[in-house]
Amino acid sequence: MSADPAAPAAQVPDAAGHFGRFGGRFVPEALVAALDELDAAYRKAMTDETFRAEFDGLLRGYAGIPSLLYPATRLSARAGARILLKREDLNHTGAHKVRNVLGQALLTKRMGKARVIAETGAGQHGVATATAAALFDLECVVYMGEVDTQRQALNVARMRMLGATVVPVTTGSRTLKDAMNEAMRDWVANVDTTHYLIGTAAGPHPFPEMVRDFVRGIGEEARQQCLDLTGALPDAVAACVGGGSNALGIFHAFVPDSGVRLYGFEAGGEGVATGRHAASITGGSSGVLHGTRTYVLQDSDGQTIESHSISAGLDYPGVGPEHAWLHDQGRATYLPVDDDEAMAAFELLCRTEGIIPAIESSHALAGALKIAPQLAAELGREPVIIVNLSGRGDKDVHTAGQYFGILDRETA
Amino acid sequence: MSRIGVAFDKARADGRAVLVGCMPAGFPTVDGSIAAMKTMVEAGVDVIEVEIPYSDPVMDGPVIQRASDLALAGGVRTADTLRIVEAVAATGAQVAIMTYWNPIEQYGVDTFARDLAAAGGTGLITPDLIPEEAGAWLAASDAYGLDRTFLVSPSSTDARLRMTAEHCRGFVYATALMGVTGARSQTSEAAPILVSRLREVTDLPVGVGLGVGTGAQAGTVAGYADGVIVGSALIRCLLDAPDQATGLAALRALSAELAEGVRNPVR
Repeated sequence: MSADPAAPAAQVPDAAGHFGRFGGRFVPEALVAALDELDAAYRKAMTDETFRAEFDGLLRGYAGIPSLLYPATRLSARAGARILLKREDLNHTGAHKVRNVLGQALLTKRMGKARVIAETGAGQHGVATATAAALFDLECVVYMGEVDTQRQALNVARMRMLGATVVPVTTGSRTLKDAMNEAMRDWVANVDTTHYLIGTAAGPHPFPEMVRDFVRGIGEEARQQCLDLTGALPDAVAACVGGGSNALGIFHAFVPDSGVRLYGFEAGGEGVATGRHAASITGGSSGVLHGTRTYVLQDSDGQTIESHSISAGLDYPGVGPEHAWLHDQGRATYLPVDDDEAMAAFELLCRTEGIIPAIESSHALAGALKIAPQLAAELGREPVIIVNLSGRGDKDVHTAGQYFGILDRETA
Repeated sequence: MSRIGVAFDKARADGRAVLVGCMPAGFPTVDGSIAAMKTMVEAGVDVIEVEIPYSDPVMDGPVIQRASDLALAGGVRTADTLRIVEAVAATGAQVAIMTYWNPIEQYGVDTFARDLAAAGGTGLITPDLIPEEAGAWLAASDAYGLDRTFLVSPSSTDARLRMTAEHCRGFVYATALMGVTGARSQTSEAAPILVSRLREVTDLPVGVGLGVGTGAQAGTVAGYADGVIVGSALIRCLLDAPDQATGLAALRALSAELAEGVRNPVR
């Protein structure tokens, strides 16, 4: 939380939450008062030294932040690039998500609300929310698609251990988007007492801006760590993009650095051409979903199309509106990484560095490996690439074990 | 001038409230939904609200979600909705469309307005579009003379009630409670307060929806509002029925009960 809130990169969104033609508020009127209340609380907090000290203290003293920037030497030798890993996987709860939930939980207390609700896909945001709720003594209800509760059973158990109620969502495609619908319905009915702790930089204004601000420390730290380590800025920054909070978190500080290329890697699933993917920018079109205008996977009637990815955390048919804007501006480049490419990178990191990454973050790794040769050719030297290792792979051992045939179905 | 105003003028002359009945387009089929809506009109429903089924209906409770899912699974398209509007408007009833915003944006806001006007529809009720985001729709509805109904809620500030009502044409939709659609056993205590707050800022007719499902509840709401809006209770008649004939009979009976209710306002 060291950046100046008035820095040039903070020109978007406008006061109504528009990132160019994206963003805004497409919500029932019933939620407007709560969004206005949240917006006011958030703006007050961001200029309040007490809040910032409290938030900073929690990040450092509770979550183990700043995370390391680790030069992955053996991986670099294989990649033909100097790869620096931003080790968000080492944070408490195992991912960058803890930054956002601690910020929002502090705001919840400030607004005098006693209950938080959240949606979760892989379960990482649900676990992080349940963690913050335990720490702050808040009632916590997590909505999770029934399909996801099955493929991420361990995280369901974690949330329950932390005292949260997990509600399996059985409507629609029974995945993250439906969990988000159900959380919205809960919020409409209980908005007086409840804060909806959205897990990514999406949803109605002010969520995209607020979540970005709570996670932008990732990039601020990485930028300084890179300068300290190499004496220069990196050539490129790579992150995976589902809703896109980890990517915005690491991009934001670098947006004004025009010499630093920003790459967002979307989940290509079985391949964008197959239609079974979660690459909203690469394979979607502009539309309105979950309170914001952004790139959406949809048919010509505007009905949301189900997304597909081996990674539950990227399995979402939309993307945060700031990514849509960065794409339109040409400031960041968005490319798909399919399931197999991600899993190959997963295995490579395990074997070369002794780090088991989240499958989400493996998309960023795979993408970095893909762009390294082009960058090297362009620059005429070995490029320096920061990869946001946004989460650890403990939760994915089941999925990866099956993928690699290490676990048979009975023991899994 | 408002297209839906005819219904409110007529009801006012009769000393009663307007009955608005909601049904998803294409539920259970396109023709089945036309039959259901015509049945409702015959039994005394003044205004038909045709809801465009949407994959992510965040304002709707389980009944409308299920009906919408069935309609989408049956392959209903946005264009079919316009055919339904045309068929039902031919009965002489006023027909409005209730829709989440994305289907309209993908059809094309101006094109949809043109086609809706040509089909004889009165306008749109937009549950997830607030006036601040409605620039394209404000222009298109002006161009084609269509009504605009935005929603207000018990949580709306007085300033927002005024601003929202100023952007409405035809009537204002007051959501009776904080929550999603679906019949409730008790009528809302928040609704009469919200309506009286609205009266301070607008002369437009006020329709009240969310949670109304019986003739008695309709009478209670008719006591303070100009329109009574019923959705889930009517849709459930078809969802729960073993066959179409039984469903339509139940739908006819409930429509008649509600029509009786709005004619006996509890003041």
